[in-house]
Amino acid sequence: MVRSIKDGPDVLYIDRHYIHEVTSPQAFNGLKQRGIPVFRPERTIATADHNIPTKDQHLTIRDELSRNQVERLAENCKTYGIEYFGLNHSKNGIVHVIGPELGYTLPGMTIVCGDSHTSTHGAFGTIAFGIGTSEVEMVLASQCILQPKPKKMKITINGKLHKGVTSKDIIMYIISEISTAGGTGYFVEFAGSAITSLSMEARLTICNMSIEMGARGGLIAPDETTFEYLGKLPSIPGVKDFEKALSGWKTLKSDEGAVFDKELVFDAASIKPMITYGTNPGMGIAVDASIPISDVKGNNPSASFIKSLDYMGFKPGMKLAGHPIDYVFIGSCTNGRIEDFRAFANLIKGKKKAANVTALIVPGSKLVEELMKKEGLIKIYEEAGFEVRQPGCSSCLAMNEDKIPVGKYAVSTSNRNFEGRQGPGARTLLASPLTAAAAAVTGKITDPRDLLND
Amino acid sequence: MINHTLKITHMPKEKFEILESTCVPLPLENVDTDQIIPARFLSATSREGFGENLFRDWRYSKTGEKNSDFILNKSEFKGKVLVAGKNFGSGSSREHAVWAIFDYGFRAVVSSFFADIFRNNSLNNGLLPIIISEELLKKLHTLIQNDPSTKVRIDLEKQTFTILPTGDVARFEINAYKKECLLKGLDDIDFLLSMKDQITVYETNKSMVK
Repeated sequence: MVRSIKDGPDVLYIDRHYIHEVTSPQAFNGLKQRGIPVFRPERTIATADHNIPTKDQHLTIRDELSRNQVERLAENCKTYGIEYFGLNHSKNGIVHVIGPELGYTLPGMTIVCGDSHTSTHGAFGTIAFGIGTSEVEMVLASQCILQPKPKKMKITINGKLHKGVTSKDIIMYIISEISTAGGTGYFVEFAGSAITSLSMEARLTICNMSIEMGARGGLIAPDETTFEYLGKLPSIPGVKDFEKALSGWKTLKSDEGAVFDKELVFDAASIKPMITYGTNPGMGIAVDASIPISDVKGNNPSASFIKSLDYMGFKPGMKLAGHPIDYVFIGSCTNGRIEDFRAFANLIKGKKKAANVTALIVPGSKLVEELMKKEGLIKIYEEAGFEVRQPGCSSCLAMNEDKIPVGKYAVSTSNRNFEGRQGPGARTLLASPLTAAAAAVTGKITDPRDLLND
Repeated sequence: MINHTLKITHMPKEKFEILESTCVPLPLENVDTDQIIPARFLSATSREGFGENLFRDWRYSKTGEKNSDFILNKSEFKGKVLVAGKNFGSGSSREHAVWAIFDYGFRAVVSSFFADIFRNNSLNNGLLPIIISEELLKKLHTLIQNDPSTKVRIDLEKQTFTILPTGDVARFEINAYKKECLLKGLDDIDFLLSMKDQITVYETNKSMVK
């Protein structure tokens, strides 16, 4: 913290700033109007991810507005001296996938990006959160941001997860329990044996969706898993002496007996594979359960609940398992990492894609795409009838061509099932890569535990 | 507090002092920023013009006709105050949502609960987010539905929200720094730029610790 303002927000110094094409152009315009430079260009990293096509990336982007946005980002990065991983660059990918895998996200950092899923980086024990474009401009102009102090919440998940239950199911379960507003105003620390036993990839998924409970950010204290992940990276920008950096990172954890404003405890054993039935990420149930009769216990459902089920074409009380689906999307900053594609591949191996399903298989980055090739995953996908696309945010927010048509059902490993999120009229069912894979091969909502390969 | 002699490096924003207006009611809960402005309209590179696509998919049918059931298409409901439901502005951090609401003509949004990033974005753009109790919000929605000419008065200096016909007065919270920014039409960048020396000192100290 640089300075505390009396009765106001704190001035927070930002160690790492990520930018992308959609929420940065207006910020650069602001700098131009003021005639000021980027204060610390070496602390900002840029990528094109939100609106880019996932096919034929070597060609010009067809959509004129999207092309213009990407070109503006390239131009701005050049003008202001910012490192840019554009389309076709070997380091290109979704901003929250490339940050960790390229070693730009390190324990103890303060990290912001004009994107709500910046909370992802909290998996490394960072203070990471999404900001608006005005704040992007502030960071570019001063490397600082004004932030009110959030309240602190601790969510502990103890115990062992059942087979077929993933970190996506953990976070979807928590959000279904506390609602999309349950974390608003809080910074959340995730802890407990079910969390510490997770890989870095799985932890990133948990922190990624902390924004879906309204939280400002989510974090997990760095431990041996974190250090091992960092130690295996080919290089870490700005870190010359790994051992020295490591000894600093090892000091980062909540103090013993730290006081939280709110503490919640869950049991990992009570979590099943999850799926959403409504139009916000809090409307989730176990994949073998029935849709609730009402969102208000013992009372008539709210207008929002009725509107939501109408939009989805579902009825209160109905079972989801067995309901036919049309699309499957695996990818996004939530589940677009190598482990996710391994899990999906493991389930579809030796099976065939259902004829009624269109699948969008979108790696989170060029590096993930490379690994998929190296590990022979692409071959497994192709043998099962799936086509693997090129990296990008794709159908998670459908700014590019990867839209789900009106009224169609998509089982999606992304993070938001809002009305129209995957295209106007699209019906999104959020789930883990395993549940998505089960739907992809059966053509209907299916409990992945029935299909697991050993 | 803000340094009053700050050099303003841009056009000052619109000041917010007292607002008296009728309201547009949107009593739905969990309205996310994807509904306020769908992602397919985020390809612009300026801040202007987003108002025409505010609540696009609720305002227009799939074939592009105005949906007569939606509140913005009902001529009796007008005004500069959007009265929303609980957990308004959740989801994506897109500031475009605030630009769209502002561009459409709203200057304040009232709810019992706002998503964090949306609230920050609003304050950074001269759109005042006002939190009132759930009971008062419910009452206000009923009043407006029964009589669309129901006016409210917002006094930022005094931090009061008044429903004029009933005389209900609620005090709303806003941090003193942000309040002053809104009253004067200043923004954070002027403040941060004035702190550059301190920021540089901070950087030096930090690198010495490492």
